[in-house]
Amino acid sequence: MNPFSSGTRLRDMIRAIRACKTAAEERAVIRKECAAIRAAIDENDHDYRHRNLAKLMFIHMLGYPTHFGQMECLKLIASAGFPEKRIGYLGLMLLLDERQEVLMLVTNSLKQDLNHSNQYIVGLALCALGNICSAEMARDLAPEVERLLQFRDPNIRKKAALCSIRIIRKVPDLAENFVNPAASLLKEKHHGVMITGVQLCTELCKHSSEALEYFRKKSTEGAVKTLKDLVNSPYAPEYDIAGITDPFLHIRLLKFLRVLGHEDADASDYMNDILAQVATKTESNKNAGNAILYECVETIMSIEDSGGLRVLAINILGRFLSNRDNNIRYVALNMLMKAITVDGQAVQRHRATILECVKDSDASIRKRALELVYLLVNESNVKPLTKELIDYLEVADQEFKGDLTAKICSIVAKYSPEKIWYIDQMLKVLSEAGNFVKDEVWHGLIVVISNASDLHGYTVRALYRAFQISSEQESLVRVTVWCIGEYGDMLVNNIGMLDIEDPIVVTESDAVDVAETAIKRHNSDLTIKAMAMIALLKLSSRFPSCSERINHLIVQYKGSLVLELQQRSIEFNSIIASHQNMRSTLVERMPVLDEATFIGKRAGSIPASVSSSNRAAINLPNGVSKSAAPLVDLLDLSSDEVPVPSSSGSDFIQDLLGLDLSAAPEQSGSNPAPKSGTDVLLDLLSIGTTPPAQSSAFPADILSNQEKSPTSQLDGLSSLSLLPASKASAPVSSSTIDLLGGLAPNVASSDENGSVYPSIVAYESGSLRITFDFSKAAGSPQTTLIHATFKNLSPNVYSNFIFQAAVPKFLQLHLDPASGSTLPGSGNGSITQKLKVTNSQYGKKHLVMRLRIAYKVDDKDILEEAQVNNFPRNL
Amino acid sequence: MIHFVLLISRQGKVRLTKWYSPYTQKERSKVIRELSGMILNRGPKLCNFVEWRGLKAVYKRYASLYFCMCIDQDDNELEVLECIHHFVEILDRYFGSVCELDLIFNFHKAYYILDELLIAGELQESSKKTVARLIAAQDSLVETAKEQASSISNIIAQATK
Repeated sequence: MNPFSSGTRLRDMIRAIRACKTAAEERAVIRKECAAIRAAIDENDHDYRHRNLAKLMFIHMLGYPTHFGQMECLKLIASAGFPEKRIGYLGLMLLLDERQEVLMLVTNSLKQDLNHSNQYIVGLALCALGNICSAEMARDLAPEVERLLQFRDPNIRKKAALCSIRIIRKVPDLAENFVNPAASLLKEKHHGVMITGVQLCTELCKHSSEALEYFRKKSTEGAVKTLKDLVNSPYAPEYDIAGITDPFLHIRLLKFLRVLGHEDADASDYMNDILAQVATKTESNKNAGNAILYECVETIMSIEDSGGLRVLAINILGRFLSNRDNNIRYVALNMLMKAITVDGQAVQRHRATILECVKDSDASIRKRALELVYLLVNESNVKPLTKELIDYLEVADQEFKGDLTAKICSIVAKYSPEKIWYIDQMLKVLSEAGNFVKDEVWHGLIVVISNASDLHGYTVRALYRAFQISSEQESLVRVTVWCIGEYGDMLVNNIGMLDIEDPIVVTESDAVDVAETAIKRHNSDLTIKAMAMIALLKLSSRFPSCSERINHLIVQYKGSLVLELQQRSIEFNSIIASHQNMRSTLVERMPVLDEATFIGKRAGSIPASVSSSNRAAINLPNGVSKSAAPLVDLLDLSSDEVPVPSSSGSDFIQDLLGLDLSAAPEQSGSNPAPKSGTDVLLDLLSIGTTPPAQSSAFPADILSNQEKSPTSQLDGLSSLSLLPASKASAPVSSSTIDLLGGLAPNVASSDENGSVYPSIVAYESGSLRITFDFSKAAGSPQTTLIHATFKNLSPNVYSNFIFQAAVPKFLQLHLDPASGSTLPGSGNGSITQKLKVTNSQYGKKHLVMRLRIAYKVDDKDILEEAQVNNFPRNL
Repeated sequence: MIHFVLLISRQGKVRLTKWYSPYTQKERSKVIRELSGMILNRGPKLCNFVEWRGLKAVYKRYASLYFCMCIDQDDNELEVLECIHHFVEILDRYFGSVCELDLIFNFHKAYYILDELLIAGELQESSKKTVARLIAAQDSLVETAKEQASSISNIIAQATK
């Protein structure tokens, strides 16, 4: 005996491991054993190889790494004796799987063993091949397996049949080789061979339509006869289970008949009698009998219609459904789901029983029943069914509420006969299980509310009532806060009363209370707080008497650590405090949200969690999106005159809700660049330009911004804006980002309206000259109209000419489309383009601009960049 | 088809695992963790099926052991229960009223039996007698080989004395 190999026997090792009191002790024992086994492997120890492998298998089962033993399996398999091979193959199946490359090394040994004279060794090889073979091995060894389907011993034939199943699954092309030998297996008498043969034929039919045709023609009769003999066979102790001879074979034959009869009237007709016999004669007091009935029902449902059989099948399911055994009820629900496409009416008859199952104490049954109810709903029964489900929602288990809520919402949205009913049901769901409602569901609700103009008052009052009772349901709070922001005046003045409503008395300050509760509650998340902030802003305009209080509330978040809240607080505070004159127009009611777009979007929507990260990818190529939806950004004051570059359709609703919080810290990874709300600054830079422009105008900054967290993004921007400002040697204003400053009437401008500014040559290279002509828009000294003219001085024609510009953040830039994209050579023609620049720091700072010009000469892309500093003063 | 077979003790210890579909080692331990958590926590009177990741786990408890087989959505759950029972009966016959300890110390034998019952996740044999006969035949092959080996080593030992 090798002095280094571990002397412990397998049994002793298992004992030692079981004796361990702690996980650490167990690890220590296993470490020691593994070390000994490794030493033995290094020594190439023969005597104890099989014992070591057995130990490794046990260690593997406990979840420890055992990859170092994989080669030992191969060595054992390659050795001559049966005991070594037996343990080697077992180890192979346990320690390896089809994806390991080591497995390829065993192909040769397998091939030899498949041709071995000892049938048990052949059996071992077949078993291993059937359990773990890869596609390559399947291809290599298929001829051997095919041959073994005709082996003299039935136990090898049955193993070869199952092995063939695996081979066909891995390489469906090989199916045709197996059709003939498989058909001959069906004629055997040995049950093991019959069972596996039928399975092989069923599998072949799945993979090849030719095989299906073949078996339909040649084997339908035989299979029906075998089943008939089996059903009528006398007691056979070897195969008897609960008084039935070989239920396994029963079930496999029924499955095979199902495949043969599916969409084939002749075959279906042929098997009618036997199916009827199985359905009526099988004892249903034991599990084995029920398993056969269950399979039989499924076969009846799948083959071509025969009215009488279907009735029989539905009756069996009805019996199953009222069975006291939970397993039977479960499979009944499962099968009714398939039956519903065949005979919906018959399933509807069991509606009451199915609804009871939704309330079962067993989670598996509940889930099945809920799926089934979902399929049962139609226009005529949606109201009572929804009522039942919502009533049950009140008492349902917490873990079931998520599923249940999702299904109710989906039913209500799909079948709602009228809007008021939809809104009522949704409010009930929100009040009961608002924390389980998915984002797109309450977004959808808001879209519907927004479209139901006659129900605005009713909805906001109902929400107000619901909020008083269940203010801890997140999505209820969100919808309430949004509606109060929008329709707060209707709440207070009882506008749009419906007959069914009881009038309520709500004061203006009560309405503000709701938003205050929402924003102050400790467990409100960022979305709620941000929405409440907007609601407050809107209320401040709707209820001037509360303006003071609201301002006070908003100011409290000026120091919030959450960037989004801080920014909103500062901006809103400035709106309330210093822009009274425009506040009311600023916070007007939302335009009606476009239902069709929302639904269309939802239909092809990506899961919510993915969407925000995808958005960046979607937006960048799209650039200035032409979104069909009305894009009104709350903060974007110039939205009337310029198309706001915002994220495309997919998140317009978030924009509308002021919800665009994807810049929140947790998403620092990929932050979409041009978006509204948070990224107003970026928007300003990108107005009218295409995204490549911004990324190249300030290539380093912006590109890196897209990778960095939102904070650094803002840093990047502020550095951007300061740079040109200081170059223009203007006093750098220390004021915070006062977006509205530009519109304030306090700019004491020595108005030079109508005065003529000199034209400048903004840029000139050897071949290209850009001239700017200036004019002022009447009545707004901040705005400068620039008429840019591009001339090509070289002899070559420039095609694909694109001019792009970027300005620092105190400027707003809007580019009109250029007059053309081809610039003829030698100064023979020109392209013109109009730019509109609004200087929010008019009088303090001067214009600066960066240019980027791209064009093609002789199929070569040329890119020029420049900074324009020589603008006339006072622009 | 059966994707995998698990034997888990009431304490959550794994007693046997057999995988007929490819799962990496990591996935395997995750599957075991998730399923044993779900199955061990279910009450006694509930049905024997758990829906899990688009598959169904059919389980049945025998004394301190849970036998679990994971199948496709549209397989026959009741039949798989019967399959589990079939396996347990064969184990019972082989070990003579089987208990958990038999399966711990003779885990490889349990695997041999399972290999005579299932291949590629499909049932191979419906006769308990046939399985028992095949296992016995292979066991005796091993015994003979062992005897031969020991007699040979005796001869060698004597010869080299």
